Formats: sequence, C-alpha cells, structure tokens
Amino acid sequence: MAKATQAKAAPANSTAKQNKSTDGSAKKTARRRPGKAQPPASAEDLLGFYRDMLLIRRFEEKAGQLYGMGLIGGFCHLYIGQEAVVAGVHANALPQDSVITSYRDHGHMLACGMPPDGVMAELTGREGGLSKGKGGSMHMFSREKNFYGGHGIVGAQVPLGTGLAFAHKYKKDGGVCYTYFGDGSVNQGQVYESFNMAQLWKLPVLYIIENNKYGMGTSIQRSSSTTELYQRGSAHGIPGTQVDGMDVIKVRDATAEALEHVRGGKGPYILEMLTYRYRGHSMSDPAKYRSKDEVSKVRSEQDPIDNLRQMILSTNAADEATLKAIDGDIKAIVTHAADFAKASPEPQLSELYTDILVEA
Amino acid sequence: MPIQILMPALSPTMTEGNLAKWNVAEGDTISAGDVICEIETDKATMEVEAVDEGVMGKILIPGGTEAVAVNAVIALLLEEGEDKSALDMVEMAGQTPKSNPAPVATDSPAMAAHADPAPVSAPAAAAEILEPEYDGPMITQTLRESLRDAMAEEMRRDDSVFLMGEEVAQYQGAYKVSQGLLDEFGEDRIIDTPITEYGFSGLAVGASFAGLKPIVEFMTFNFSMQAIDHIVNSAAKTLYMSGGQMGSSIVFRGANGAASRVGAQHSQCFAAWYSQVPGLKVVAPWSGADAKGLLKAAIRDPNPVVFLENELLYGTSFEVPASEDFVLPIGKAKIERTGTDVTITAFSRMVGLALEAAELLAAEGISAEVINLRTIRPLDTGTIINSVKKTNRIVSVEEGWPQSGVGAEIVAQVMENAFDYLDAPVVRVHGEDVPMPYAANLEALTLPTPEKIKAAAKAVCYA
Ligand SMILES: Cc1ncc(C[n+]2csc(CCOP(=O)(O)OP(=O)(O)O)c2C)c(N)n1
Ligand SMILES: [Mg+2]
Repeated sequence: MAKATQAKAAPANSTAKQNKSTDGSAKKTARRRPGKAQPPASAEDLLGFYRDMLLIRRFEEKAGQLYGMGLIGGFCHLYIGQEAVVAGVHANALPQDSVITSYRDHGHMLACGMPPDGVMAELTGREGGLSKGKGGSMHMFSREKNFYGGHGIVGAQVPLGTGLAFAHKYKKDGGVCYTYFGDGSVNQGQVYESFNMAQLWKLPVLYIIENNKYGMGTSIQRSSSTTELYQRGSAHGIPGTQVDGMDVIKVRDATAEALEHVRGGKGPYILEMLTYRYRGHSMSDPAKYRSKDEVSKVRSEQDPIDNLRQMILSTNAADEATLKAIDGDIKAIVTHAADFAKASPEPQLSELYTDILVEA
Repeated sequence: MPIQILMPALSPTMTEGNLAKWNVAEGDTISAGDVICEIETDKATMEVEAVDEGVMGKILIPGGTEAVAVNAVIALLLEEGEDKSALDMVEMAGQTPKSNPAPVATDSPAMAAHADPAPVSAPAAAAEILEPEYDGPMITQTLRESLRDAMAEEMRRDDSVFLMGEEVAQYQGAYKVSQGLLDEFGEDRIIDTPITEYGFSGLAVGASFAGLKPIVEFMTFNFSMQAIDHIVNSAAKTLYMSGGQMGSSIVFRGANGAASRVGAQHSQCFAAWYSQVPGLKVVAPWSGADAKGLLKAAIRDPNPVVFLENELLYGTSFEVPASEDFVLPIGKAKIERTGTDVTITAFSRMVGLALEAAELLAAEGISAEVINLRTIRPLDTGTIINSVKKTNRIVSVEEGWPQSGVGAEIVAQVMENAFDYLDAPVVRVHGEDVPMPYAANLEALTLPTPEKIKAAAKAVCYA
C-alpha cells in the first residue's frame, strides 16, 4: 500500500537512523525497516489520524485568525506542520501515561483529548479556558488527561517530565511520561542532568525531540555542535532513533518500538522527530532566517495531512465524500470552539487572588 | 451572505499595516489553509491563510496598499452555492466593515479596572492563627536530630513523602541531618542524587505535580541558585497558571545564611529572595521546637515551602516536644521574650543574638520584646504591628543584605500599618552590604552581633 506515498513522504533532509552507539545488537537487527514490513494501517486508523491532524491544523489556523482580530494576545506558538508527531505518538498512549511539553502546546492538548472549546477560550483569556484564563496559550493543564503543561521556560519541561516518570515508577502505575522538547531546547544543561538521572534510575520516560530545524530564528546548524539529536543520549547510554516526523504512520511505529523498551523497564528512549514549522515562531516573526521556497517546498512535498489524504484515497481506505464529511465535522468543532472562546466572559476580577496557595 | 476577510494584526499593538500582495485573484477557488495574501509591518511579514473555503468574490483592497487599518474588510469570499450577485447584497445592505473588537488592550474590563480606585484587593489576612498548647513530654536533642525526626515521622505517616539530595542516603547527609533514614526507609525513598541541582529540583517538582511529596535537600541554599528557575517558575506558579488544577506540594530545605570562614559564595541569606514570590511559603526556624514543628508543617503543607536552616545551629541542643503530633502553624511568629520598651524582630540564628541583646539591654534598664518571625512568607505582620503598638519602637535584625531585605519589608509594613504609633524611625540591623569576606576579622565585622543589636535598640529608645 505504502509504495507511492512512502516515496513522496520520505524526508528530504535525512533518512531515519538509529543510534548505533547504544542498545544491544539484537534490537538493531530486529528493527523494522521503513517501507518494508510495516503493517498496513487499517482504514479506521488512517481516518483517525486524518481527523486528529486536521483538527489541530484547523484549530491553529483559527487561532491565528483570532490573533489577527486582537482576540488573542501576547505569544501564540502555532503547531502547523508538526501535526503528525503528536498524532502518531499519542496513538500509542495508555490512560495512565502522562504528557508534558513546551509552549508550542495546542496540538498536544488536542491530541490528549482536551476540549477544543476550553483550549481556545484559554487562548482568548476567558473564564471558560482550561486555566480559567489565568494561564494563556503557553500554560494549560489537565489532571483528567494527565497533561502537565504547557511550560514557557525553554527546557524546563525536561526535568519536570523526568520527575513525572519518577512518580510513575514510585507509584508503580505502569505509566510512561512523554516529554516533548525542541531542537533549540536540546542544548540546555538541564536536559543532560535529566538524561543522566533517567538512565541511572531507569525511569519510564520517552524523550521526544521535535526537530523543526529552528529555535526561533536560529537554525539547528547555527546552534548545535552536533545535529544528530537522536544521539544526544549516547553519553548516558540512552538509545535513540531518528524518525520522519512528517509521516504519521512512521511516527506511530517508531513510538511503539521505543515504548517496548521504556515499558519493559529498560529506562528512557529518545525519538528525534524530523519535522517542520510552517508558521513563524510566534505570531510576529520577521521570517528572514529562511526562504519562502524552503517553506513551500516542505509544504508541497512533505505535508503530513496532504500525504495522508493521498494515501487514504490511493489505497481506497475511504472516498472523497468521506473525507469531505470529516472536513465538515472538524470545521464545525473549530467554529464552535472559536464561538465559545469569543462568547465566554473574561474572568471575574475576584479570580486575581485565587489559586495562589492551596488552603492547608 | 459572503464571508468578510479582515485585515489581521501581527501583534496586539499593531493598528495598521501594508497589504503587500494578493496570492489569489477574483474567481479563484480557495481551500482553508491556502495562503491568500501577505501583509507586512516595519517589524515582520506574515502570510495570511484562508480560514474558510469558497471562491474569491471581490478584492476590496488591492495589493501594494499601505497603512491598511487592522480589521478593515479587505476581501469578500463567496461560500459554496453563492454567486457574484451575493456581492451586491453586501453593497445594498450598506455593510460597512463589521466592527470587530479593537485591539485587546484598549477596552478590556481588566484595563478598566485600573481606573477603578479599588476594584479588587488582596484578601485580608486570615483569622488569627493560634499556636497549639503543648504540655507533653520534652526531650533534649540537637537541631539536626529534630529535623531528622520531623522527616522520619512524616515519612512514616505518608508513603508519598521522600527525600532526595546530594549525599542524603549513604553518606547520611553532608551535615548528618538525614542520619539513619536510609536504613529505615530504603533507597527508593532516600535518594542520593548526582550534583545537578537544576535537574533534580525540576525532577522533584515534576514528581510533585503527579502527587508525590518530595523533600529536596540542598547541601546549602547557595546551590539553590542553579535551581531557582524550578522553585519560582515551576513550583510556585503552576497552581495559578492551571487555574487551581494542579500545584506542587514540596519542601526545599537545607542550610542557609552565613556559615563560618567559607567565603563569599558559600555564605549568604536567601530569605528575602524567596520571600518575594507569591505561591511560595518561606520558613526559617531558630529553635529545635521550631525546626521540628515547622518542618512537619512544611511537609504536610500542600504548597511549595522553602525551608531555611542554619548550619551553625545544627549542633545546638534545645528542649523539644517529644510528641509526633507536635506541628507548628506556618505564618505565625513567636514572641520569645516579652518587653515594653522596644520590639526586636529576628529569624533563624539571629533570634539567639537578639535574645542575648535583650539581656544586655535589661542590664541597662531597657525592656526588649523579641519576636522570632519563624515564617518570612506569609509574614506575621499582625504580631509585629501589635508589638509596635505597645512598645512604639522597633529594630529588625537579619544577617542578609539590606536592600529589599526582610527588614526593608518590615519597615514598609510598620510605616503602612503603625505609623502613628512610632516614637522613632525604624532601624535595621543587617549583614554588611558586601560579599562575605574570608578573613576572620572581616567576617566578624560583616555580621550582626548582640552589641550591634543593643546599640540599635538604644538608638531607637534615644537612650
Ligand atoms: C530559558 C529560556 N531562554 C530563552 C527563551 C526564549 N525562547 C522561547 S522559544 C525559544 C526557541 C526554542 O526553540 P525550540 O526548542 O527549537 O522549540 P520550537 O519553538 O522550535 O518549538 C526561545 C529562545 C525561553 N523561553 N526560555
Ligand atoms: Mg525548534
């Protein structure tokens, strides 16, 4: 099934690689080769991925629009282009697992099943937002979905996520913490402090590096002495794999494989997702650090949603009408979220002094 | 009715921009996500993507137009099933640009609140917290033993409490505070960490998000500077940022303040630093009973608590309540000695010095009231103010630096709440405003002494 689409979706920049410096050789030979023995995803799975990714894309486009109307303030980091990463990873999640990420967090929350209405209303800073309007775009949380934010300090989520993994192990609840961070964050000292402890104590944490090639306006080549980020755990003996993060099926499968390691009690694993951010870093981005051609080339050749759509149609997993119906559903969900986010009132002024301390 | 496409803003402060170019023409079919035009300001350019699908009906503002107001209608999009005649309807209906909310900052209720003299204020101080009466058995033990017992008792009581830090387990603590804990609780709960304050503090905060109750020992608080981001940004703020959904029940504890002859990087007081942060509690015990009762309270507290010990007191023996139920309230100061002529506030090791000064003053016929602050945040201003209303004079003592220090805060509180009761300006006794010198004579010159406190008290008494 995947021949035609595989060829098209292959990352222009790099092919998937696995860290050779670590991990047993048995594992290496057992590793699935991309494009060969992959089990074909069921039509149901493919449509599920299509839905998940399209929801994020349309949600983010709507957020961009609301920002343009002045309804969203401050920073607003959109996830457009990177949808396959969270959609593919999250397909493997179990209810006891936990998730933590940076400020580029809307997609992660939607993938965790947090309500679009609540996310959008937090973006507009309203009472109906997931943090009652007090967190904003970068700071949302959900006890129910085990989503632990939404962190604005680059790299901070890495030890925090490692601590969530520590708690999974302490409580023996069988959970894994998915800890997402960017190619820019990967150079923070606290990342390596965390890698060391995670491997030392065999903590169930999956480190997911979303390598979208840039940290704000600085390309990875200009910020990193070595750019093979999946190898960044090698000093600590943590295995890593580089994954085509524009292909949701490959993301799903690589995650499943990494999770075997992590859930098997062998400690952390690093997945480097090669991906791309189409939009500016935040909303006002001069975009002088990359060419328009570079962006449009990725968009036209590697777009995770377009490619999945092609795959669905070419394998007859569904027809145009089915996809169109999904498009309509998603549009309705996003419109509803936007309407909710506009209609929800601003927080009560009395909220200013709540939630600072828990009453003992 | 055709969909109006509005001039977007690139930032909340942008009021107008240039419509650089259109990437589509009238009559083109557009899908959601297509780039339809580019806009620019002096700072940035942005591609505008279509949010709705349809056919470009009419471009109202041509490419190359400068200074287009934000929210002006720049084009009309025909929805599925509409034809060009729908455009006329817009004109006939005399539709002017729907006035969308202007850029956020101008008319939000939050802004209006500033004009309102008193829209909302910090909740009034909670009802008087009373210290529980204790008349049970007492034991004599060193302060490090009181701290150890407090942790051990709380760990027996609650499985989710654990201790982590450098040398806390096998070495039994760099200052032997965790003596014996590894034996009793095992290595799952008494955890030796690598020398990575930033990392393990973040890890502990993450574990607290998931409901565990970590005690993080800093070998000394000097090294907490590497971890301050997680104490302030991750532990203290998450409850607020999550709208109350999740917080951090965690204790950061260890030796704070000047030790002896260890030089500038290993001798400083962080009480004022941490006390500035809403969302943190800051506790600084002096006696063994303080240490035990307050550490137990800190561990039980559902909030992040910075617990400042003092190395020079670890070996000092005190009479301590033997009961496992002895818990002191955070936020409550203790009057260690009553007096009528002058109030002296102090915390941690300075309480002992203040009590010595009170003795010296008594010999000269001056009756000093000594308040052991115990908690720096929330500061027990009620006890301080009531004392000042009685004595009409106050001296604050701390070993930290003067600027924006704990004494500065006490001065402000007294000025705001007891100005008319003061018979003299407040005097602060504090560490000299220099990095801690190494030389013995200079070090001695840097820190408060009973004599300096006595002199300050006499000054406010005009004696
Ligand atoms: C400690 C810290 N330094 C600087 C910043 C400002 N900043 C915010 S995002 C960012 C770039 C991070 O890039 P990357 O990790 O690649 O994530 P991406 O934005 O690409 O998702 C910077 C420098 C910050 N938030 N925190
Ligand atoms: Mg990046």
